[in-house]
Amino acid sequence: MNRSKTLGWTLPIISVFAMLCIWEFVVREFSVPDYIMPAPSGVAAYLWGAIADNSLPSAIWVTVKRLMQGYAIGLAVGIPVGMLCARFSLFRDTIGTLALGLQALPSVCWAPLAIIWFGLSETAMLFVVVMGTVWSLILATQHGVNSIPPIYMRAARTMGSTGLHMWIHVIAPAAFPSILGGMKQGWAFAWRSLMAAEIYVTVLTGFGLGQLLHYGRELMDMNQVIGVMSVVILVGLVVDKAIFSPIENRLRTRWGIAGN
Amino acid sequence: MGIREELENVTAKLVVKNVSKTFSSSRGKVEALRDVSLRVGEGEFVCLVGPSGCGKSTLLNLVAGLDKPDSGEIKVDDIPVKGPGRDRMVMFQEHALFPWLDVFHNVLFGLKLKPNLTNPERREVAKFYLHLVGLDKFANADIHELSGGMRQRVALARSLAPNPRILLMDETFGALDALTREQLYGEIQQIWQKRKKTILFVTHNIREAVCLGDRVVLFSPHPGRIIETFDIDLPRPRDINDPALTEHSGKITAMLKNQTEGSAEE
Repeated sequence: MNRSKTLGWTLPIISVFAMLCIWEFVVREFSVPDYIMPAPSGVAAYLWGAIADNSLPSAIWVTVKRLMQGYAIGLAVGIPVGMLCARFSLFRDTIGTLALGLQALPSVCWAPLAIIWFGLSETAMLFVVVMGTVWSLILATQHGVNSIPPIYMRAARTMGSTGLHMWIHVIAPAAFPSILGGMKQGWAFAWRSLMAAEIYVTVLTGFGLGQLLHYGRELMDMNQVIGVMSVVILVGLVVDKAIFSPIENRLRTRWGIAGN
Repeated sequence: MGIREELENVTAKLVVKNVSKTFSSSRGKVEALRDVSLRVGEGEFVCLVGPSGCGKSTLLNLVAGLDKPDSGEIKVDDIPVKGPGRDRMVMFQEHALFPWLDVFHNVLFGLKLKPNLTNPERREVAKFYLHLVGLDKFANADIHELSGGMRQRVALARSLAPNPRILLMDETFGALDALTREQLYGEIQQIWQKRKKTILFVTHNIREAVCLGDRVVLFSPHPGRIIETFDIDLPRPRDINDPALTEHSGKITAMLKNQTEGSAEE
């Protein structure tokens, strides 16, 4: 158990390190020009400098803040509306149907509309993130609530649970595995769409990672482009491993759902 | 209300009078119960048996207040049943425990909804019932870690915890293996004797009914109605393998066969 766990981490680290070495070697050996493909050492130098002059940390902060705002709105709207859709056919046949259609739309496609409606502004980016999150959350919540075994509700009713108590203490926790799936998907959509929005929408209210990427390209600074790309990957991984994985693992042990 | 009163033995009598219930579906109407009357005394253990579709589970749901009868009335201690209530707890065939809560909090669930108790008192009561079903050590276990028999024991503790007057059991042991079931027959009789609950127990297993019940009420389908009531005056605790049960169960089985053959000829 312990042994396989350490081995499980060793191999990925070695392989990433080996790839970086090969990359560095190829770039140096064949003298690939910087504006086509920079060496890892160049990217590292950019990252070091960008951290030192605070441009990178501040960009990460700006991006994460936008993401959190949009994501929070998406959760606050998506989960209750999803529950309404599950409970009332009026909501299911109206907003539910709308959600079914709109979640098929890649969230990047909201960017042009957002710019026309809100101009090059923070609101435009927030709008894109919310649109990326909310539809899949509505659908996941609705599906989750509808697939709860009715016996849970019957048992709760005999014990005196009704109305709001039933929603908070029975329906919400029973649907949580599905809702969590929706939250993960919503997060992935939000992250992707925000990057697109930041590349599209250049605002003066704050430079995010997308904008940093965009200016890297404008300046033909490939060190910056690759550097920012790797930061984007890293942020995505950290959120997945630090936030979603622990919740999922907890859920698995409590519910006894088979998994790794 | 203090914890001493909370743990007191309470029981009630149940009166079912001329109850009828019809379900309509796309395939037409099904008369689940026609003019059913039944009296259950305080602390009595009554088993309802009959083939599937005879309305015995429907009657249990009506007593539980999960469904409403079309006509007739159901009274618990002279008070008409209007909906689900803590005085009548239900145990289902599936354990219906909540997988997002551990064993202890499952038992605590109904208690939390009971007013006039402090939280330490509620925890005390939950512990008492976990001890009663012999699962003290598993208080912090998750539901999926338990065997089928242990799950039904937790479900029993959860049903007993709000101190209902009547316990309604719907094929509660039906999904368990034979060995576990036999063990639980003994335990449920012990707990019933200790706690003096009125129990209404639905099953399609005639031997099980004879083993557990003071009385066995035989139902017949299409429409669901009571055809006969049998008093079982064997000493307790009874063992499912006791040959003395056979005499009773044989009689009931014979009558049931008669009935179904009779209705097939109609």
